Amino acid sequence: MTAPFYVAPEQMMKDRADYARKGIARGRALVACTFDEGILLCAENPSRMLRKISEIYDRIAFAGVGKYNEFDQLRIAGVRHADLKGFSFSREDVDARSLANQYAQMLGQVFTHEMKPMEVEILVAEVGHEPGGDQLFHILYDGTLIDETGWCVLGGEAEAIGTRMGAAWVEGGTFAQALSAAVGALAGPERTLGVGEVEVAVLDRDGTRRTFRRIEDDVVTAVLDG
Amino acid sequence: MNLPSFSVDDDPGPDFAALVRRAGLSPAVPPGHVESRLTITHGTTCVAIRYADGVVMAGDRRATSGNLISHRTIEKVFPADRHSGVAIAGAAGPAVEMVRLFQLQLEHYEKVEGSPLSLEGKANQLSQMVRNHLPAAMQGLAVVPIFAGYDTARGAGRLFQYDVTGGRYEEFDHASTGSGSLHAGTVVKMGWRDSLDADATVDLALRALYEAADEDSATGGPDLLRGIFPVVATISSDGFQRVDDDELRARCTALLERIAAERGSATS
Repeated sequence: MTAPFYVAPEQMMKDRADYARKGIARGRALVACTFDEGILLCAENPSRMLRKISEIYDRIAFAGVGKYNEFDQLRIAGVRHADLKGFSFSREDVDARSLANQYAQMLGQVFTHEMKPMEVEILVAEVGHEPGGDQLFHILYDGTLIDETGWCVLGGEAEAIGTRMGAAWVEGGTFAQALSAAVGALAGPERTLGVGEVEVAVLDRDGTRRTFRRIEDDVVTAVLDG
Repeated sequence: MNLPSFSVDDDPGPDFAALVRRAGLSPAVPPGHVESRLTITHGTTCVAIRYADGVVMAGDRRATSGNLISHRTIEKVFPADRHSGVAIAGAAGPAVEMVRLFQLQLEHYEKVEGSPLSLEGKANQLSQMVRNHLPAAMQGLAVVPIFAGYDTARGAGRLFQYDVTGGRYEEFDHASTGSGSLHAGTVVKMGWRDSLDADATVDLALRALYEAADEDSATGGPDLLRGIFPVVATISSDGFQRVDDDELRARCTALLERIAAERGSATS
């Protein structure tokens, strides 16, 4: 029997992180930001059927970038967690923070213990009843959990998109302002994104019960052309 | 509560009831006949009537334990999702629990799959839940629902009646369930016309429940003194909408006047 080669733990973690980062950077990015009437989620996604943004619970949405099958598995686990929790306790007891912690635990566990880390970056957003109560939890492939304020960017080229988003986003702006800022930041100066290339959804602050709503193409067109 | 994850060959899919069983949250079926040893709270009469734009569902507010009234304001008509509703009769505890599980089943399916079930699919889901409840029904905890909704694919209202074994029967004009269903169903049958409008259908449902309450001690009539009225909802392309209590008060008052006029005596 031959002894396996010794690999320093630092090197092993670095290799895994590089592998995950490379996978995520191949995919297209996603932006989320708060506006006066809720939270906007906007992803660059040419597919109408394979969604990057979806509903978890009454006031909670999920967004993921990277490998589709991996973040979709996380999405379904989140829906199950939220629905079971709401069923055993009450709908008010389902919160984004607890879900984000669970995701962070799971991603951290997979990163250190499994053969391959998950090539995903996910976002758990919860809309508050007041603008100050909005929550954006950004979770990385290794389980790092970041509590973001105002806006956040997931996926490849996050730094460049973040710089543009930081410049364009205004606190307490309208839906149209938020959407133009998000699409502009995703597109960058060299190209424009058409209506068929973005997936847009919001969490409505004033909604009762299920507040997640997909934004129809004609509404997006009206904002981008106006 | 941790994040539920399953291996690929062991995944419950979009089935929330299966997930609840896996999480160990389903109640055990009681051994022996419960009703002979304990007093069980029962909910009673509900009707569903198809009209031109959809369906009207209505249920009285009384719950009884044996010969006593246990609740005066229980609700038996619930939204199942945006375009459908469910009304229940039978053992109140398991019935309300079944509704809660059914509502979540529809919502869970929609979220996991990314698109809602068809109306037929929802009706079949409820059928399975009633069927799964049969062991408890055998112990005296029977639940018999009515399911009704607006079929967005067909553009019409549809209604489904069930029996305790989970048998699912689509009715075309009206359906009723519970101890007062015989009387309520007869009143609906006598008053039903094709393409009634929403107002006339709501009035017909109120009349049916009034007459059922008049004959069946387990069904509660409108209570003008306490301001308790049946739960009435219309389900159309606009979705499930409850008729508010002010409107119900006006309609019930008008109904009593009409009945008094038919009898040839003035209301006091």
